[in-house]
Amino acid sequence: MLSAESIQKIEYELTKYPADRRQAAVMSALRIAQTEKGWLSKETISFVSSYLGIPDIAAMEVATFYNMYELEPVGKYKITVCTNISCMLRDSDSIVEHLNHKLGIGFNETTPDGKFTLKEGECMGTCGGAPLFHINNTRMCEFLTPEKVDQILEELN
Amino acid sequence: MLNIEIDGKAVEVDHGTTIIDAADQLGIDIPRFCYHKKLSVAANCRMCLVQVEKFNKPLPACATPVADGMKIYTRSKSAVEAQKSVMEFLLINHPLDCPICDQGGECDLQDIAVAYGAPKSRYTEEKRVVLNKNIGPLVSTDMTRCIQCTRCVRFLKEVGGMMELGLVGRGEHAEITAYVDKSVNSELSGNIIDLCPVGALTSKPFRYTARSWELTRRPSIAPHDGLGSHIEVHVKDGKVLRVLPREKESINECWLSDRDRFSYEGLNSPDRLKVPMIKHNGAWQETDWKTALEFAAGQLKDITNQYGGEALGVLVSPNSTMEEGFLAKQIAKGLGSQNIDYRLRQTDFRLDGKRLGTPWMGCNIPDLEQFDRILIIGSNLRNEHPLLSQRIRKAVANGAELNIISPLDNNPLMAVKHKVVVRPNDMVNVLAQVLKAMSGLQRLSLCLPPSLNALLEEINVRANTQAIAESLAGLGESYDLVSPKTAIFVGNLALNDPRFTEMFSLAEAISGLCGATLGLIPAGSNNTGQHMMGVMPGPQGMHVRAMLEIPRKAYLLVNVEPELDCHNGAAARKAMQQAECVIALTMYKSEALDDADILLPIAPFTETSGTLMSMEGRVQSFSAVTKPLGECRPGWKVLRVLGNTLGIAGFDYDSSEDVKKAIFGGEKPSAVVWRSLNNNLKELVEIEVNIKSDGLQRIGEVPMYQIDPIVRRSPPLQKTKYNRKPMAMMHAQQMLTLGLVAGDQVLVRQGEGSAVLEVRQDDHVALGCVRVQAANPLTASLGELMGDITVEKIAANVAVTA
Amino acid sequence: MTALAHNLEKQTLVTLRTITEPHPGSLDTYVKLGGYAQLKRIVTEKVKATDIITQIKLSNLRGRGGAGFPTGLKWSFMPRYYDGTKYLVCNTDEGEPGTFKDRDIIRYNPHQLIEGMAIAAYTLGARVGYNYIHGEIWEDYEIFEAALAEARAAGYIGENLFGSNFSFDLHAVHGYGAYICGEETALIESIEGKKGQPRFKPPFPASFGVFGKPTNVNNTESYASIPWIMQHGGEAFQNLGVYNSGGTKLFSVSGHVVNPGNYEVRMGTPFTELLEMAGGIWKGRELKAVIPGGPSTAVMPAKNILGATLDYDGLSKAGSSLGAGSMIVMDDSTCMVKALKRLSYFFFEESCGQCTPCREGTGWLYRVIKRISEGQGRMEDLDLLTDVSSNISGRTICALGDAAATPVLSFVKHFRPEFEYYIQHGRSMVENRE
Ligand SMILES: Cc1cc2nc3c(=O)[nH]c(=O)nc-3n(C[C@H](O)[C@H](O)[C@H](O)COP(=O)(O)O)c2cc1C
Ligand code: SF4
Ligand code: FES
Repeated sequence: MLSAESIQKIEYELTKYPADRRQAAVMSALRIAQTEKGWLSKETISFVSSYLGIPDIAAMEVATFYNMYELEPVGKYKITVCTNISCMLRDSDSIVEHLNHKLGIGFNETTPDGKFTLKEGECMGTCGGAPLFHINNTRMCEFLTPEKVDQILEELN
Repeated sequence: MLNIEIDGKAVEVDHGTTIIDAADQLGIDIPRFCYHKKLSVAANCRMCLVQVEKFNKPLPACATPVADGMKIYTRSKSAVEAQKSVMEFLLINHPLDCPICDQGGECDLQDIAVAYGAPKSRYTEEKRVVLNKNIGPLVSTDMTRCIQCTRCVRFLKEVGGMMELGLVGRGEHAEITAYVDKSVNSELSGNIIDLCPVGALTSKPFRYTARSWELTRRPSIAPHDGLGSHIEVHVKDGKVLRVLPREKESINECWLSDRDRFSYEGLNSPDRLKVPMIKHNGAWQETDWKTALEFAAGQLKDITNQYGGEALGVLVSPNSTMEEGFLAKQIAKGLGSQNIDYRLRQTDFRLDGKRLGTPWMGCNIPDLEQFDRILIIGSNLRNEHPLLSQRIRKAVANGAELNIISPLDNNPLMAVKHKVVVRPNDMVNVLAQVLKAMSGLQRLSLCLPPSLNALLEEINVRANTQAIAESLAGLGESYDLVSPKTAIFVGNLALNDPRFTEMFSLAEAISGLCGATLGLIPAGSNNTGQHMMGVMPGPQGMHVRAMLEIPRKAYLLVNVEPELDCHNGAAARKAMQQAECVIALTMYKSEALDDADILLPIAPFTETSGTLMSMEGRVQSFSAVTKPLGECRPGWKVLRVLGNTLGIAGFDYDSSEDVKKAIFGGEKPSAVVWRSLNNNLKELVEIEVNIKSDGLQRIGEVPMYQIDPIVRRSPPLQKTKYNRKPMAMMHAQQMLTLGLVAGDQVLVRQGEGSAVLEVRQDDHVALGCVRVQAANPLTASLGELMGDITVEKIAANVAVTA
Repeated sequence: MTALAHNLEKQTLVTLRTITEPHPGSLDTYVKLGGYAQLKRIVTEKVKATDIITQIKLSNLRGRGGAGFPTGLKWSFMPRYYDGTKYLVCNTDEGEPGTFKDRDIIRYNPHQLIEGMAIAAYTLGARVGYNYIHGEIWEDYEIFEAALAEARAAGYIGENLFGSNFSFDLHAVHGYGAYICGEETALIESIEGKKGQPRFKPPFPASFGVFGKPTNVNNTESYASIPWIMQHGGEAFQNLGVYNSGGTKLFSVSGHVVNPGNYEVRMGTPFTELLEMAGGIWKGRELKAVIPGGPSTAVMPAKNILGATLDYDGLSKAGSSLGAGSMIVMDDSTCMVKALKRLSYFFFEESCGQCTPCREGTGWLYRVIKRISEGQGRMEDLDLLTDVSSNISGRTICALGDAAATPVLSFVKHFRPEFEYYIQHGRSMVENRE
């Protein structure tokens, strides 16, 4: 179900915990699975839970509790814009509007070409760089202006 | 001990007591939703907030341990204010659909809301709606009503042993669900209905059938296993509409197995026989009691007069009441027959006459939680003893080591320390290994009879049996237990095996060496009772196998469907066909009784009074909760009138109470019972440790919801995943050896019988075995439950295979 | 290199002491500045644990995660003798809006955190440590993993450090988008691979933490202060600050200032000084309000904060608290209704959902404020908001309930006329900025 490379990464995570505490690695295992598959289908979650030897529902609880797991397919690039207070004060609204306009989609929508998904995020612990968004849970883009947004989108296209 | 004060009342409590426990001791009612005395503390509903002196905020009574000198106020202004505010929060998103809610009238939320809620809601925003989930045929969901107390989640995880429900999502979006498309499969699942404090989880079969206040509630005893769970039967208009547990800490605590909870649906089956019937020229005709009984008595008399008493065979269900068993035995005796037996699914009777008393579970039910080391021999625990397993689960959670020797490796949902999964035939050798290892441990061989010692010489002890012996002896990885509480239980798979005698004898020897409690845990609700009364062949009598293999001229069946309830269904059917007369006292008219000649409708447990004796030797009587259906009569009464009609002396009982008195000779039942219970053997039985047979062995397990006529007819139980079409189930490796793949059709032959079954992979089955379920019409033509079997491919898997 | 560093010369760099160097996060830089010397000294000289705790107590280091609990005292709660593994946990889950200080520590000075944790592990007898890092700052998580690998290779963590019998394994673990995991027991649940639902306390982590074992949890900045304290002594650290608030503090300044960013200053620094370092209010506007320690601390109108000093007592005298030192600065163009709506949405969205008052109450608060912001407010809503907030406060398992109540209570208290105006007119009293 998962590539050898992903399994190897999960195995690395498992080394961080006592041998009889495999559940501890579920957060990373789901993250690794999502990175490979793009999102977490119920089959993927079941695979992870059986790989770790925990009940499916226990993995499901985790997958649904944390915001960065995707339980529905998303575009190739998931752009999560922080709209929390510090970003809001520095006009994240205009960034959101710009993205809406530019991509033609609202929050929780994906462009027809399957390239971009837009999400609203909570505080990302990077408020000094507001306004900001991150891409695919990994790349943080700070001090955004509409021009900078265009540049980033250009680069991704 | 700590001295505290609650609402001005002083009380002395143990260290570690929580405020809520202390209040419960005093009879002070603190409102609660998430707290349950049998579950871990979640402290999430916040309903139990109370004021504690010196604390500036209210504390949850369920999670706060008391400290010496604590002064607690449960009804002070600040406590009530806190409780009221929690109530308000609980209600803002709760639908106000009490009039159509099944929980109405017995809803904790409703009750507490009346006491604490405000008349008018300040919440004017939109209410939350949560989609319902389909979690199986037993439990119905109304998730918008859920208050997220997580009792159901905790129950399934902690008591049921497997996390089948979870609270997914977060915050206001959190909802209770099983994994996508999965149902809740716990054999204890119905308990979440009772645990749910609101109407989110309700009984699917009971749904919309009645309002709680329309029901009459009557106490009774559950009749499907040897636990003797206390139940409360709810009746409306003479019909049983549901069954709930009655709290009995020392037996079922506050739980009930699904089998005991939902079997009642079988009581109202269209199969119910409502009037006596006689077969005339091959066609059934309804008749009245007098005609039926006179005809039956006449037949019995004629046959016994003509061929002698031994021409009669009497088969009694192990689930029949003591009264029924006792009277059946009296009738047999009156007719000069010693052929009577209740051990319908047994085949090995070599221990007859060698026991010192009545076999029983060897301890009391709560003792199970106290054992340090346990060995289970031949039992699929959850299948046979749903609630008993839960007690063992508690022991294991407290650190007990559980060891298993069995041909089936089904997960008991608790940690198993060591296990040996082998063919039934090899279990004898494995037990001999354990005995040898044990005798070597502390030079205990000196305690064994020389004959046994000699026998053990040929045995090679393997590492895993050595480990089991060490576990039972109390040895441990980091430290040894000085005087471990050890128990060995022999289960149903062993009891029904042709080599039960050897297994039991070895178990007895092992328990003798390590000072373990020895117990027998059979299926059936009254085995102990029937055994104690001797509903078994007399010295010149025939046991059940003999009665079926050497057919009798007449049979009297008490609550037995021979094909489905006997060790060898095929033999049973043949015997019935050959008999001149079969008289069946039965609740149901069914194909299984097609070969009978007279059907006498008797009442199920809800419509009769009687007594059952549990595995722990507890004698429990119950009364009828409804009137018998149609012309049905209590079994004991039918037997009494039959006795009268036969003119047998001594049949003048006016009530089941009278019969009970006769059974115990006027003594206190417990006195008689304690005198009688004894698992030890008078002498050692011949043991053959090295029987080798390489053929396949059948494991004819009786599925949980096939064990008796009532559960077989309960539609909701039949809809669970435990009710599968019989198949030839075997280990993947076994399939490979036989060149089979899943889905193949195979011809299964056993003795003279055969059946065509589909192959299915089941890695819980020992190598060399095929699991073919019993008590099913599709496999009734096969022979013994446990015996040699062959499997032959007749058609390749038709399904698409990868 | 670091866009966030402004007016470094005016700061007192303790936890970010490498930041002025060309390669601040590297092991070489840290070692060059005297890094790991304290760990080596303590381990090789077998310094007594009680002596270390005494220094920490003297330093008056108070937990930088928000609650300000004295670190030395917390350390003394860990059972000294325990038959089994004890754990050490670092809380880098900062997700409270306006907080972004710990990110800079693991980005620009990870080794000081590692050394601080190793010293703590030595002191508390912990064998294994986890640093739980906010999932959204993924690049920084990877930076920290790399730093761990460097430290391991150099023998600063791992088996038998410096030839002693002290071993300490430290691992990075990550969150994945749940503010509640900043709460220490939720964080522990999350490390165990569960939902981040806070545990009821007692038992506290010191007796029942990770995998049910004794565990010490501290904030990143708290641990990162330890090597400095061990080098200069507890008293020196105390003397950097003021009475009751030892040392320096990293302030995350965000919102309407010219130069948002982290500023490490001595405890007791006047607010105006910090504001000046951050370049003052942007666009030449006036200061309207400040949330001084993250939204779980009460908002302060300009007049209340302008005279305040930045330390525990200073801010509490001025009517709020230091929290995690997350200064969210709002100028006079800010609509307080809109700001509060966003904050209540945050707490509603982030409530873990187990406690009734928090699960139900946060949604209620948000919906009422949202209704007001949509012009559908009613005058009695303001009392309802205060009432519902007070009913959440103090009645939940963790402090998120109180945190959710605080903004509502303080916004309505200090800016009531603005809310009333909104309700009466169906629109904001504040002109649109543009
Ligand atoms: C809702 C909530 C969120 C919290 N978030 C954080 C956080 O992001 N980082 C942190 O260090 N402490 C956070 N805390 C405080 C921790 O529970 C804990 O007190 C702290 O990590 C202890 O470290 P310290 O004593 O060094 O401050 C939070 C507490 C609550 C109730
Ligand atoms: S207060 Fe809120 S976040 Fe904290 S435990 Fe309770 S429900 Fe969860
Ligand atoms: S009963 Fe105590 S919090 Fe639910």
